[in-house]
Amino acid sequence: MVKNVLEYLEASEAGFPDKNAYMDKNGKITFGDLGDRARRLGSFLARKSVKGKPVAVFMEKSVDMILGFMGTVYAGGFYCPIDVTMPEERIRTIFSVLKPAVVLTRESDREKVAKLFSVGDSNTDTDVIIYEEAIQYQVNVSVLNSIRKRSVDSDPLYVLFTSGSTGVPKGVVVPHRVMINNMEWLEKEYHFTSEEVLGNQVPFYFDVSDHDIYSVLKFGCSMVIVPPEYFAFPVKLVQFLNEYKVTAIFWVPFALCMAANLDAFKAEVPKYLKYIFFAGEVMPVKQLNYWRKHLPDSLYANMYGPTETYVCTYYNLDREFRDDESLPIGFPVRYADILVLDEKGELVEPTEDGSESRQGELCARGCTLALGYMNSPEKTAERFVQNPLQKGWPEIIYRTGDIVRYNSRGELEYLSRKDFQIKHLGYRIELGEIETAAGAVQGVETCACVYDMGRKMIVLVYSGEEISKRDMLRALESKIPKYMLPNRVLHLEELPHNANGKIDRKKLEGMVV
Amino acid sequence: MEELIEILKDIDPDVDYETCDTLVEDGVLTSFEMVMLVTDINQRMGVSIAPEDILPENFSSAKKIYELIQKSRGE
Repeated sequence: MVKNVLEYLEASEAGFPDKNAYMDKNGKITFGDLGDRARRLGSFLARKSVKGKPVAVFMEKSVDMILGFMGTVYAGGFYCPIDVTMPEERIRTIFSVLKPAVVLTRESDREKVAKLFSVGDSNTDTDVIIYEEAIQYQVNVSVLNSIRKRSVDSDPLYVLFTSGSTGVPKGVVVPHRVMINNMEWLEKEYHFTSEEVLGNQVPFYFDVSDHDIYSVLKFGCSMVIVPPEYFAFPVKLVQFLNEYKVTAIFWVPFALCMAANLDAFKAEVPKYLKYIFFAGEVMPVKQLNYWRKHLPDSLYANMYGPTETYVCTYYNLDREFRDDESLPIGFPVRYADILVLDEKGELVEPTEDGSESRQGELCARGCTLALGYMNSPEKTAERFVQNPLQKGWPEIIYRTGDIVRYNSRGELEYLSRKDFQIKHLGYRIELGEIETAAGAVQGVETCACVYDMGRKMIVLVYSGEEISKRDMLRALESKIPKYMLPNRVLHLEELPHNANGKIDRKKLEGMVV
Repeated sequence: MEELIEILKDIDPDVDYETCDTLVEDGVLTSFEMVMLVTDINQRMGVSIAPEDILPENFSSAKKIYELIQKSRGE
């Protein structure tokens, strides 16, 4: 029984030592070199006693970053990917929650890290390790063996930060077993082989990337990072996919829609693609039908699951859908179970007469759950709760906040959110986080964000001093990532309020969308 | 050209479109903006840009985009 993802790495290293595991625009690494360098790095990090502690891997998205992850796992720690392009203020907030034992970075980013630590004193115990030096270190087999001997599959593997409604991102701690279960399921469900080539699209701080990273280790296949700029240029994108003979992609719907909206396959199609998976937001069927028309023999699957549950339901497209239909999120994966609970906490089940069921909140249970939120017992207790249907013993379920129902075929269907969380460009965003950042801009009195679903735009509405869009965005971009920046900024003399004195969001939506 | 500049200003008001010739390099036009731009050019200017013309070299500056629009119009 596999208990640590490194067992996958070692099996592929033994089976395919000279094969390329990961590729990016700057280079590639074989399984043999990956294992060797990760153990060197792990031996170095083990000297810093990172076992059971978080290591922030602060780099540009690259093959080296994956090596940083594996080195951390060899040392018994768990990694947190931090992209160097994130706004400094957000990185500082993440560090203050994460309290990393080590920040692993490249020589070229050493100064950036020093600057991050020059403000505030919450991370004075953090060591900064330079990647290029650490991978030269001598492997210490006995230390690595003793760390592995005591590892269990519930040990944390990584922590990913998601948007937080109060302005502070939440760190979701995910154990090895989640990824191991997912890989075992992938093998049974899709029969991936070592021949696959995965075309990686999303950032490493987004868990859709973990499917690619760990498929490579599990199946001995290869992954290439698709340069982000190609997603603006459809012909280049298709040429790239064909050049690397990419057979499988797991992208956010926005990336698939880009190809469809720009008629990317007019001249040439990605001819090696067999698996087309997507997750992160609702996939519009019209654009999906464009893909299905040009690539009719590929397998399409809608994957669902917030970071806290990884992939917990899936739907393999086995029938035609009209452009105006919505795609189901399907059925639980084999290592998870789904409970749909109504407002009273009672179970909603598919109807027997073939009609649509009542609505309820999707809750997940089983070996798919994260361990909770990093250094935040209160937030963990809010979402990771006792199963109300289980009175006999403790059993934790995760309340997603997603409202769903069973359709007439008994398939789960996503309907809406319980709160103000949105999905934009595949990213999960709490509108509250943007509002907190905007509320702190000088001159802003009150503000609120609404999401224009039709045009896929974040609209920020504020009162107070009138500020140009340029100045507002400039003030916000130091606090929140680029993908959270409002697409429209509107000034009102006063925001509408309801009888309780709260901002009337429904009315506001009617005014601006 | 004025209409094109207006469309571009909607995407990012912070850029000097008269002089900037690194719109792609500087990340002003990523995939999200590119879809917006091509859609807006189509809807507001009535010009359909062929996918094979959506190449970095045709979108490096407002001038280049305008030349592409003229070419797409058959001018």
